[in-house]
Amino acid sequence: MSVLVPTSLVDALQALAEHPDATVLAGGTDLMVELNGGHRRASSVVVVNRVPELCTWRHDPVSRTLRLGAGVTYAQIERDPIASLVPGLAEAARTVGSPQIRHAATIGGNVGTCSPAGDGLPVLSALNAEVELVSAEGVRSVPFSSFMVGPKRTLRGPGELISAITVPVVDGWQGYAKVGVRNAMVIATASAAVVADSRRGTVAIALGSVGPTILRCPEAEAHAMEHADFGERRLAPEVVSHCCELVRLASRPIDDHRSTAAYRRHAVGVLAGRLLRRAFPNE
Amino acid sequence: MIDTALSADVRAGRLGHSTLRPDGVAKVQGTFQFSGDLTADGVLWGATLRSPHPYARIVRIDVSGAWKITGVEAVITADDVPGVMTYGLIDQDQPVFASDVVRFVGEPVAAVAANHPDACRRALDAIVVEYEVLQPLTDPEKAVDGSFEAIHPLGNVFRQQRIVRGDQTIEGPIVVEGSYELGMQDQAFLGLEAALAVPDAGGAGVELHVATQWLHEDRKQIAACLGMADEQVRLVLGGVGGAFGAREDISLQVHTCLLALRTSRPVRMAYSRQESFLGHVHRHPCRITMRHHADHDGRLLRVEARFVFDGGAYASTSSAVLVNGITHAQGPYKCDNATVDGWAVRTNNLPCGAMRGFGVVQACFAHEAQMDKLAAAVGLDPLEVRLRNAMETGDRLITGQVVESVAPVARLIRELAAMPLPSEPVGGHDLNPMRLPGGAGRTADVGNVRRGIGWAVSIKNLMYSEGFDDYSTARVRLADGIATVKFATAEVGQGFVTLAGQIARSVLGVDEVVLDQIDTQVGSAGSTSASRQTWMSGGAVDGACRLVRERMFERVATLHGLDPLGLVIEGTEVVDTVSGLRLEVSEATAGIEFDETFEHHHRPTEDLDEFGQGNCHTAFAFAAHRAVVDVDPELGLVKVVEVATVQDIGRALNPLSITGQIEGGIAQGVGLAVMEEIIQLNGHVKNASFTDYLLPTFLDMPDVVIGLVEEPEPQAPLGAKGVGEPPTVSSTPAVVAAIRDAIGKDLTRVPVRPTDIVFG
Repeated sequence: MSVLVPTSLVDALQALAEHPDATVLAGGTDLMVELNGGHRRASSVVVVNRVPELCTWRHDPVSRTLRLGAGVTYAQIERDPIASLVPGLAEAARTVGSPQIRHAATIGGNVGTCSPAGDGLPVLSALNAEVELVSAEGVRSVPFSSFMVGPKRTLRGPGELISAITVPVVDGWQGYAKVGVRNAMVIATASAAVVADSRRGTVAIALGSVGPTILRCPEAEAHAMEHADFGERRLAPEVVSHCCELVRLASRPIDDHRSTAAYRRHAVGVLAGRLLRRAFPNE
Repeated sequence: MIDTALSADVRAGRLGHSTLRPDGVAKVQGTFQFSGDLTADGVLWGATLRSPHPYARIVRIDVSGAWKITGVEAVITADDVPGVMTYGLIDQDQPVFASDVVRFVGEPVAAVAANHPDACRRALDAIVVEYEVLQPLTDPEKAVDGSFEAIHPLGNVFRQQRIVRGDQTIEGPIVVEGSYELGMQDQAFLGLEAALAVPDAGGAGVELHVATQWLHEDRKQIAACLGMADEQVRLVLGGVGGAFGAREDISLQVHTCLLALRTSRPVRMAYSRQESFLGHVHRHPCRITMRHHADHDGRLLRVEARFVFDGGAYASTSSAVLVNGITHAQGPYKCDNATVDGWAVRTNNLPCGAMRGFGVVQACFAHEAQMDKLAAAVGLDPLEVRLRNAMETGDRLITGQVVESVAPVARLIRELAAMPLPSEPVGGHDLNPMRLPGGAGRTADVGNVRRGIGWAVSIKNLMYSEGFDDYSTARVRLADGIATVKFATAEVGQGFVTLAGQIARSVLGVDEVVLDQIDTQVGSAGSTSASRQTWMSGGAVDGACRLVRERMFERVATLHGLDPLGLVIEGTEVVDTVSGLRLEVSEATAGIEFDETFEHHHRPTEDLDEFGQGNCHTAFAFAAHRAVVDVDPELGLVKVVEVATVQDIGRALNPLSITGQIEGGIAQGVGLAVMEEIIQLNGHVKNASFTDYLLPTFLDMPDVVIGLVEEPEPQAPLGAKGVGEPPTVSSTPAVVAAIRDAIGKDLTRVPVRPTDIVFG
């Protein structure tokens, strides 16, 4: 196994161009577990955690966007100044593994692995995040919702590197909640993110661990938007109830050793309802 | 025999003092050498090939491919076992390597030694095993009813045992019944299985450094499989990172020795976490039905029970676990009439054996649920019904055995009831959402949460049972005021290395105690299990120290013309109570060595007869637990807020060490209550990793409030009872009772899953 440790983006892209089948290692919190457990073999590894260009972030107040370099860690995201800009993502960050894991794990790695249980992903989906991919050929940007095509399957091509995730800085409430059988350090049995954009008057609901990809709930979103009073942060109980039902219908869970499809379907409904109530505390 | 009174001004390092562990700093700083850290010059790595099938016939094994891997020095299978082909603690039914049939996922089939772990992995991949896959037996009831063909020449029932006592016809005006189930818990110690075997020149013997619970029993089984005499096999305790029963059975011991002898080189083996889940025994899954008959006052008239323990593929200690379970079916309550049927059976699930609580965890989960049902049926408070039935010293068990141990059951309950409930509201005083059910997942708001309170009380036998003489040996030398203590007691984290020094300092009046290497160069200490080492090895160290002290007193008396009976130890001095002469122990032992060895035996016990009658147990300890939980009923998530306990300990020899045992035991009990379970589907393990086998984290661990009842146990050499198991036994049912109290549902299975709470 060859291990390449580039220290600039140019070198990293060149390494990937020369080894298009290389496995990219950022924090290593997914990959090293798989390698050590013998569940995965890698012929070559390109380590990107010493590429300074990937580890920066920038808030642009004019375009009201936040560009997170792929190497930004969850430990950075869960704290200010980033946390106040994307509180929903910060909430998700706090549920990732242990403090030690969060110091190593990166947002780019979470997006690169693209597990349906990835904690950051429902928030990125609800925020309509853009995934920036670079290669020796150039740069392209892909909406997260199309970037993830299946469980751990993405549009990232050979030789491409995830360089950044860009999300809007939204006025209004955003949050994330996840169910696991343990109170910390647990893989999501079911999770949900809600973003209520009071400026645009939109509500976004995204679900994790209840389908092959992160799922959005267009019917539930439309129903909530239609009845929500963003100024008064008001949403009627029957609207919330109906949204929960629509969320359950939108979920596509399976039975596995972690839980049952019936429980997951039930749980995402409950989570969506509670998140909507946090977004709109007044009845 | 108690001459070291407890007092507030206990001298540091003596009995009663919270002396710190001698290995504590090294463990915290990461410099302690665990058995996985052991190495030697020219060492080879060993690795094990395991069955992927729960039940299959081995058609062919071709190891030739493994020999082609660079660096491989040995490839062994059942054909290479020179001695007996099987081992086991009670029945020797488990093969060193499967040769004809594999009976569980993970059963060893071959082993290799190579110069690098990667070479081992490639060699294992290169071994071809052709299996004829068979339909596995995974439902223990099919072993009970005989409807499944025998999956082993010894049949599918390890043991069937009845208990029949008193009036079999008595019916109560109040009858409560229930069916209960416990999933398979893993001991999940953090220090994985590891060993280093160093062969003697010419293969005349082997020295094995290993993390285990009982060096001499390991040696006996290893030597038999190696075809050697016991003396040719020397065992040294490697640093042990937890045990909880999972190191009672042989895992990698024989394989490591075989590879070392075959290659004439040192060989180290170390399991991965996944391998550890497959490579040791677990807590028995169990199905229990109970029917309690009581009068209108809630007094027990008769207990009927049926237990089925799933022992998995091999016997291990299943027959003893069964007896422990059924003989504790009544709980810590008076009951004159009983009918209990129990089976421990063989299936193609993972083998099960010892785990903290040893069958009593299962019984207690059922009888405590029943006591709550009984309380509800007669309209009594759950504590009142327990108090009315509380066992006392002198009561007879359903085995006919008289409880001679101190049995302060009513006192435990009263003192527990008097403890204040936690003042903390749901979510904590400053509303930290992390303290709500769901924790870091932020699933709940305060309004979603309901609080519940539950109680449970337990009885647990101490030491081995049914005629087993599990004695302990210790050797003590005293010279120049320094005591050297030698024993084969496995230190697995419980703290005997601390206690042994405290005993020697107290009895001999020395400050300096040297602990010799823990190995087989001294007599057996029995197993570090069954809450027995404080009593048994503590008794042995105490006995050897007393013999040495007698010798020292005799010498001082002779030299100074005194009566040895007038001599006592005060601080670090020998004091003559008649003349007032004072002599430092270091002076009294200058230039001379006293060397004594002592075996401590507990009183003999008996086998059960066909009606389950007999004095089968040695002694008993009791504990009571109260759990306070916050439950999110809609999502089925639980936060255990607090567990309060009062425990019958006899005497607190090291209060800090007792606190550690109680907190750790409660952590394991909480784990079984709400999350810990090995999940098998048709014999295949679905969660052999810490990603999916969940242990309580810091956030899941409740606050623990501890009360100790110190009524010295007359039978015990130091007045102290073992404290390791009781915290695990009744904490689980207390937590489940609290969840039931919060949501008003019958929860009959542990671990309680979110689906049980939501849909149950």
